[in-house]
Amino acid sequence: MTTPTLNQSVGSPFTRILAVGAARGDLNVPNDDIVGPIESSDEWIRQRTGVITRKRASDAISAADLATDAAKEAIARAKVDPSELGAVIIATISNEVQTPSMAALVADRVGATPAAAYDISAACAGFCYGLAQADALIRAGAARYVLVIGAEKLSYLAKPTDRTISFLLGDGAGAVIVGPADEPGISASIWGSDGGKWDAVGMDSTNRDAIAAREGEFPTLRQDGQTVFRWAVWEMAKVAQQALDAAGITSDDLAAFIPHQANMRIINEFAKQLNVPDHVVIARDIETTGNTSAASIPLAMHRVLEEHPEVSGGYALTIGFGAGLVYAAQIVRLP
Amino acid sequence: MAKSKDEVLAGLAQLVNDETGVPVESVVFGKSFADDLDIDSISMMTIVVNAEDEFGVKIPDDQVSELKTVDDAVNFIVSAQA
Repeated sequence: MTTPTLNQSVGSPFTRILAVGAARGDLNVPNDDIVGPIESSDEWIRQRTGVITRKRASDAISAADLATDAAKEAIARAKVDPSELGAVIIATISNEVQTPSMAALVADRVGATPAAAYDISAACAGFCYGLAQADALIRAGAARYVLVIGAEKLSYLAKPTDRTISFLLGDGAGAVIVGPADEPGISASIWGSDGGKWDAVGMDSTNRDAIAAREGEFPTLRQDGQTVFRWAVWEMAKVAQQALDAAGITSDDLAAFIPHQANMRIINEFAKQLNVPDHVVIARDIETTGNTSAASIPLAMHRVLEEHPEVSGGYALTIGFGAGLVYAAQIVRLP
Repeated sequence: MAKSKDEVLAGLAQLVNDETGVPVESVVFGKSFADDLDIDSISMMTIVVNAEDEFGVKIPDDQVSELKTVDDAVNFIVSAQA
């Protein structure tokens, strides 16, 4: 008796981002509204972060609501029927429950059920992790179209008195549809982790402690800013260069540079270290949106495409980096 | 070859000037980076990374917060060169 050969799936050889959608918090929160508890000033925040105002969502609006709005825009722009989505991936640290995932809820809301749906925990690198997975899933034939979302409501993880990160944080969601393509549209991802710096960005206490204290405060975000700054600029510049090399292009070939919107000082120093040419549009959405972690790259991409429509069809370097520490970078053809 | 204290000071003053615009003649022994020269933590880290290249030394993250004055930085670099 012979053993039959298994069927294995094979997908499209190439993939690309077909469309982007965005949803920002409904409230503008300028620096003056948050400086009181940190005994700071508008000037202090602008000088250290480049943030003038940040978008935050009203109490009634959840990260899943923002994700749904962003996803609907991306689906409409891509002209893909939601039933054709084979997977919905949400990068987030803002899910309000430990389980179930935000992705299963959003998949159902946008009409993608029974698509595979799961969240990934890669903080500010999450969107680029999601892109890497979507590209791999489609090329492997595990899905034809994938909805990748970065969605955060970081305002509820911000302690008003924290002077390390709280003043950076904003709320929003960005979504893309990734699908098959006739030519390469997503380069090999350079991704990884450095758990030796596990404590550099994260929570100020654990859920276990909060539950044990019962009346204690829920954990909120904190960071060691100097450690993160050094890693985010000089180590990530090497990763960005590896991504360019792996794609077989140089920074001269880029139309846009869309790094995680961590801090304007990081973005500016990063661009300097990478020698980004003058003709490349550099995303600086952080100035009026704040740092929205996993949502920041698709939000910034959406804005770059609105403000600079000439970059459509060009190459963008996307790089996410954050708590873990974890990172991921790739070159994408902009929709 | 290891640089002398004065040579390290001169090199450090130039790095501080490049990053922040603070005049090189203001970067002298006895000055505090934060309180006297108004250098914030992010600029300080940029200066540290550039100092590593300039002087061929390693300045670990946990050491950076200990470098509060020009004297701290010069002494650390001189001893790290040895």
